Amino acid sequence: MPTWFYPVLEGVIAFFLVAGGIFAFIGSLGLTHLKDFYMRLHGPSKTTTLGVGCVLMASMIYFRATTGHFSFQEMLITIFLFITAPATAHLLSKAALHQKLVADIRTRNVPDQLETASEPDEANAQQTESRLP
Amino acid sequence: MIKKRSRLLPTPMLSVLLLIVWLMLQNSVAPGQLLLGAVLAIAIPMLTYRFWEPQPDLQKPWRLISYFLRVIMDIIIANLQVSLLILNPRAKFRPAFVHYPLELEEKFPITLLASTITLTPGTVSAYLTLDGRHLIIHALDVEDEQELIDEIRQRYERPLKEIFEC
Repeated sequence: MPTWFYPVLEGVIAFFLVAGGIFAFIGSLGLTHLKDFYMRLHGPSKTTTLGVGCVLMASMIYFRATTGHFSFQEMLITIFLFITAPATAHLLSKAALHQKLVADIRTRNVPDQLETASEPDEANAQQTESRLP
Repeated sequence: MIKKRSRLLPTPMLSVLLLIVWLMLQNSVAPGQLLLGAVLAIAIPMLTYRFWEPQPDLQKPWRLISYFLRVIMDIIIANLQVSLLILNPRAKFRPAFVHYPLELEEKFPITLLASTITLTPGTVSAYLTLDGRHLIIHALDVEDEQELIDEIRQRYERPLKEIFEC
């Protein structure tokens, strides 16, 4: 690699690090500034994912430039993060709905009654019947 | 589209995936690692496939690539939008729960759809009804619920339906 290329690379790495930091910070800011539990869930599930993604991009470029061979482990971290973040958010909001956490006043269509496994509705009853041998 | 599995390779896609992940973890394609990875990729599905629910086969696997590219673009856009909403002190939020009627029927595609919804613009999938026909989505700022439903259906659910069901 020509020597003039290193400052360019440094710039790119710095850009990704700063962008990642900003996104992670905004995600945490959302945790304090948004009004209710469900809205607060949006911050960590999206913004932080991209923040960590940017830092990992910077890490990948840095180690490619310094050690000379490509590092795939960062990509694995990104993939696992993309799998786990939505699952966590889904379980948290599911638990919140079951606990009937109060949503912000402006929220429309708050589901008031969730079905539970102990009192199956008609669709469920049919489904379990059809599954029996 | 659930076929009967062969005994040696009950889930070929999972085996390939395991091999790739193993090589990525080791960060090398040395013959030793390839061999070890191949042994693991055959042994793990053989030992565990009884615990797995049968999954629908991929009908058009190449479509997954364009789907993932689109989702990554949307994730970046989603982040910028949510960041602006959080930073703007006078932003008017219009949060709402949206009941989304699912067209997909298999569990794995629904999981993919729910994850995609969580990662993309202003929406978090909050609850899947027990019969698996509706997804309750919490949206940060929504004007027209039907518009949101149509957008998700066009952008994500239809491609997933094409990938997994013919």
